[in-house]
Amino acid sequence: MSKKYWETLPQGSVVLEAGNSAKFKTGSWRSMRPKWIEENCIQCMFCWMYCPDMSVKVNAEGKREDFNFDYCKGCGICALECPGKKGNKAIVMEEEGK
Amino acid sequence: MGKIVAVTGNEACAEALKQINPDVCAAYPITPATDLMQRFAGFVSDGKIDTEMVLVESEHSAMSACIGAAAAGGRVATATSSQGLALMWEMLYIAAGTRLPIIMPLVNRALSAPLNIHGDHSDGMGARDTGWIQIYSENAQEAYDNTIQAFRIAEHLDIRLPAMVCLDGFIVSHSIERVEYIDDADVKNFVGKFKAVNPLLDLDNPKSYGPLILTDMYHEYKRAQHEVMTKVPGIALEVAAEFEKMTGRKYGLFETYRLEDAEIAIVVMSSAAGTTKDIIDQYRDKGVKAGLLKPRMFRPFPYVEIADALKHLKAIAVLDRADSFGGYGPLFSEITGSVMSMDTKPPMINKIFGLGGRDYLPNQAEQVLDELVKIAETGKVETIKEYLGVRE
Repeated sequence: MSKKYWETLPQGSVVLEAGNSAKFKTGSWRSMRPKWIEENCIQCMFCWMYCPDMSVKVNAEGKREDFNFDYCKGCGICALECPGKKGNKAIVMEEEGK
Repeated sequence: MGKIVAVTGNEACAEALKQINPDVCAAYPITPATDLMQRFAGFVSDGKIDTEMVLVESEHSAMSACIGAAAAGGRVATATSSQGLALMWEMLYIAAGTRLPIIMPLVNRALSAPLNIHGDHSDGMGARDTGWIQIYSENAQEAYDNTIQAFRIAEHLDIRLPAMVCLDGFIVSHSIERVEYIDDADVKNFVGKFKAVNPLLDLDNPKSYGPLILTDMYHEYKRAQHEVMTKVPGIALEVAAEFEKMTGRKYGLFETYRLEDAEIAIVVMSSAAGTTKDIIDQYRDKGVKAGLLKPRMFRPFPYVEIADALKHLKAIAVLDRADSFGGYGPLFSEITGSVMSMDTKPPMINKIFGLGGRDYLPNQAEQVLDELVKIAETGKVETIKEYLGVRE
């Protein structure tokens, strides 16, 4: 006889697949969207460091690229922390869907 | 085989834990369990065992550390009483839901207020629904034997649940009795090597403990938890049979005493069963067909087996060493649950006794048996729930 669904669950709700949070795309939670303005970016990496969702993509040269919008929840921490260049922010928050 | 010693219940439990030598023990002192863990910590300090003894700042931390150590893949034990167990409350559910076989002697003690350090079952009964296996012991020998068996039951690969081994505070924990110790090597062999399941310290296979599981699957996890509890009695009986082979001491899900041909019976747990047996003998000598049933396993509760053992009786008294205020005593509720499956239901009464360590005296057992004789004759119960041995 085939097992019932609840009989197939891992004992004690242990998550046996490491790093499976990558499957949980949280981008749809976003109501505000960060916009990266490359010419104001000094590559200080503050946004990368502060992002709670690892949504700032960094390339092989160690330079930041645009956001990973699959996971960015639009919390705005990056925009707040961004020092910008000469007073001009490299990250600004915009209303989603505008 | 083994040796015969004169020890307290706490000493016997500490000896069992020493013989098993768990990987980790996190504990915080609380009367009357303090003495148990103090003795155990002494074994660690003296280098007799190599358990990692974690001295924490509260029972909440003690259970949390036990959960962490068990998830890491260790064999884990602790002990507590009363307020200590109450402070562990949320962590008890986590230990059970996470299926971690932590072993904990619970030296039963009353709960505040008023503040009281003596023995009753309020603490254990409060943890009834936590998902822990609960085994109650009558004396130091049973506390020792149950502690050893609890490891085997809890750690069984089909079970993996935490277990409490309950013994009455002071009455058993601090009284010196004759106890037969099993040889260290036999205990080690009986309990076996610990098998870790999904240990966090298996770094080649990283995993997460304690995920958030909402409406989509929580219900199913609880269904699985219910299922595993249903397997416990079978495993406990297998373990008991093996234990009997080793020691000659017989354990079941409950014990019966002169019950087969009895007409009236008292159902009572732990140390009070001893006094009750003596009085039953006296009543038997007078020609009264009295018997006793002493539940050993309270969670899971063997409803069907107990119903079968009680079905021929004309009257039953259930003695609870804890109260559920606004309800019947917790043991009485379970026995009525058992009786539900019987075709003819015997009349039943519930006595609340011995709260806060109030002595359970022979005359209290006599009073109950006298009442049962009357109920068996008339079939009439006047008051279902009453306090026994209370000053009036």
